[in-house]
Amino acid sequence: MVKVTVDGIQVEVPNGSSALQACEAAGKEIPRFCFHERLSVAGNCRMCLVQVVRAPKPVASCGFPVAEGMEILTDTEIVRKARRAVMEFLLINHPLDCPICDQGGECDLQDQAFGYGADHSRYQEAKRAVTDKYLGPLVKTVMTRCIQCTRCVRFATEIAGVPELGAVSRGENMEITNYVEKALTSELSGNLIDICPVGALTSKPYAFTARPWELKRTDSIDVFDAVGTNTSLHVRGSAVLRIVPRVNDEVNEEWLADKGRFAMDGLKHRRLDRPWVRVHGKLQPVSWQDAFVAIGRRLDGVAGERIGAIVGDLCDAESMLALKDLMTALGSSNVDCRQDGAQYDVSRREFYTFGSGIAGIEEADALLIVGSVPRQEAPVLNARIRKRFVAAGRGGFPIGMIGEPTADPTYRAEILGDGPGILADLRSGSHPFADVLKAAKRPMMIVGHGALVREDARAILAACWALAVEVGAVGPDWNGFNVLHTAASRVAGLDLGLLPGSGGRSAAGMMSGGVDVLWLLGADEFHTAQIGAQTFVVYQGHHGDAAAARADVILPGASFAEKSGTYVNTEGRVQRSFRAVMPPGDAREDWRILRAFSEVVGKTLPYDTLEALRDRLAAANPVFRVIGGRDVAGVSDLTGPAGDPAAVSPAPFQPVIDDYYQTNPICRASPTMGECSRIYVHPRTVAAE
Amino acid sequence: MGHLDRTVRSFLLAELVAGMGATLRAFFKPKATINYPYEKGPLSPRFRGEHALRRYPNGEERCIACKLCEATCPAEAITIESEPRDDGSRRTTRYDIDMTKCIYCGLCEEACPVDAIVEGPNYEFATETREELMYNKDKLLANGDRWESVLARRLELDAPYR
Ligand code: SF4
Ligand code: SF4
Ligand code: FES
Repeated sequence: MVKVTVDGIQVEVPNGSSALQACEAAGKEIPRFCFHERLSVAGNCRMCLVQVVRAPKPVASCGFPVAEGMEILTDTEIVRKARRAVMEFLLINHPLDCPICDQGGECDLQDQAFGYGADHSRYQEAKRAVTDKYLGPLVKTVMTRCIQCTRCVRFATEIAGVPELGAVSRGENMEITNYVEKALTSELSGNLIDICPVGALTSKPYAFTARPWELKRTDSIDVFDAVGTNTSLHVRGSAVLRIVPRVNDEVNEEWLADKGRFAMDGLKHRRLDRPWVRVHGKLQPVSWQDAFVAIGRRLDGVAGERIGAIVGDLCDAESMLALKDLMTALGSSNVDCRQDGAQYDVSRREFYTFGSGIAGIEEADALLIVGSVPRQEAPVLNARIRKRFVAAGRGGFPIGMIGEPTADPTYRAEILGDGPGILADLRSGSHPFADVLKAAKRPMMIVGHGALVREDARAILAACWALAVEVGAVGPDWNGFNVLHTAASRVAGLDLGLLPGSGGRSAAGMMSGGVDVLWLLGADEFHTAQIGAQTFVVYQGHHGDAAAARADVILPGASFAEKSGTYVNTEGRVQRSFRAVMPPGDAREDWRILRAFSEVVGKTLPYDTLEALRDRLAAANPVFRVIGGRDVAGVSDLTGPAGDPAAVSPAPFQPVIDDYYQTNPICRASPTMGECSRIYVHPRTVAAE
Repeated sequence: MGHLDRTVRSFLLAELVAGMGATLRAFFKPKATINYPYEKGPLSPRFRGEHALRRYPNGEERCIACKLCEATCPAEAITIESEPRDDGSRRTTRYDIDMTKCIYCGLCEEACPVDAIVEGPNYEFATETREELMYNKDKLLANGDRWESVLARRLELDAPYR
């Protein structure tokens, strides 16, 4: 620790801190453009100038290391004058087009010019202009506004791991560019919009739609992957106009994946806003009462075991529990939250959650990825892996991968093989990577759904656990056994036991004619042709996707933005989101629909309010009592999940996501995601046009 | 004494005579009233009357949808929606002023960076129904087209004081 004095205030900061951090510790605000907490220090904007006693001239505090007894002055005439001058230089080539700039109202340059700049301009000469660059369908550029802070370059290179941005030329001619006219190939590209301090990089889909002061902000949770990114929904009137991340160092730091940021325009399209019932082969709009009566009539006389329910990927815990309770009341144990057919061992939470936690990745010193492509399945989590990889330096964080990645992982990973057969080699020690894992103090392992949706999933899971135990990845003070989920609802579903009870049928069993009445709660990720022709399908959800077209009764539900919900992320962290807008038309919150229906069939569910339902949630599984937090604990019981580690088949792992931009009904309804899919995933059709 | 004085004056109708005198004097003076609507009084170039949206001489709308007028309006009378136009420029798709909410403070004109929304000299826009006072973009642009020469002149006259 070093003692420094900032404007007469004594503070203690860790060795190697910068003067800027010391000023912040003393509660002094230092203007800055190029400095960003999560990026390397560039020191090229000079806005952060402060005075250090006995230094001959003002110093850039962001890159100036503190020394014992240093005295920093942040509010002297010299500092004020220096800042005014820097600001004047920055504005020389800035177009000052705030009125047509989307950053207006939330722009660092505006705020700091107001706070630290001069009150008028003396510059009369010609300004420079820069041609705009094409960065793909998500990020809009107005490069004349760029102040060359290089934050975007550092973000792309350091965090996103796609070194596609750079600066060319020097001095006044310096330009930020991506060298070739090509869309940025990152699932995190939307964060460039947040990171650019000016309006040079803004959101293309959101262009010119609203001003920040018009928007109402509601805290929410990203449901497009299982990371549980904390987000904020920005709403005007009844429309969610944009989604931005909230800072949560435990989960997403301050990043948000592109799907979570841009897919929300799907909320306006293809919505189910009224109940429908199929009459003589055609769907007819009806009232809620008629829809309920139609289902009730069909259910009449159907035995409990001929009724089933499948839960989709975007559901909140409340509606899942309500559905499970309804099925139990109807005498059915056919419930399943695994529409992809994944197999888990739910006897202990360690077997199906991300044990080390996302922040725990930064403590690990070796990583084995089994049947997962984190870049596609959880881009924000992948950024954490990359962060650890970069921080560890060359060879400091060896990464092994089993299963060919479908995209560049953004870090150096050794491909050990393409199928689970390698696990046996690793366990016997015949594969060199086994020594790497054994040598590591805190090795970790990520088991993805590429491994868990297979026939031999249980065997792979058991083999992975056994390997984890053998290399010391699980133990009393470290849990490095991680299951990476892809569906936001999955862990909550497993926690609540939305799995076939004894004698119950799984999703596949229910579909192939195993039940007469099938209730789909937002379940769309399978071919509807699999559903038996005679099965009566009730689809409860928010988008008219494939399953709704097959349904006999459609009950319009609420999307994540339209209900308060509880979600459990892949780490097992319970988080809450709040309602930002009302569901469209006659649509209602899902648990209310289930509660109302239960009354129609005379099996009234015992809760009338969300609070009562949440009490029931906490009673069903105590993990729902703690919101936001998560115990980081080691594993005391090393017995593994059920399954014979030897029974793995050598077949190669298949990626579970083939189109990152089209993984759920909201994305498929979103024009922006459709365009991304065309540009990034199916580029050839674009070329042919 | 005062009592006697007052009594005499009231019997001689002194106030009445003084009043008649004033009337007689005004009778021969020039008239202070005007014959509205055939005659109109002078208006300052800063007079804040009916709103108009102006165009550039080449016909391009001035308004760039920055929404500053919407933000500044103390009566929240302005509603704007915007999106990129086909050529990529920032334009409004909707620009409404509720003239019944407006308090004619002129802050919108003050806030506008491109002199697009202005309050013109026209104060004769009374309507028979309330709905007619919900102005939309077409109405405001039409106002601008009708009054442009006057509006430009007013801005020019006022420019030295801005
Ligand atoms: S585009 Fe934005 S983030 Fe990139 S250098 Fe310019 S101002 Fe900085
Ligand atoms: S004159 Fe004042 S009240 Fe009327 S629209 Fe303009 S800002 Fe609003
Ligand atoms: S913030 Fe220190 S030089 Fe830019």
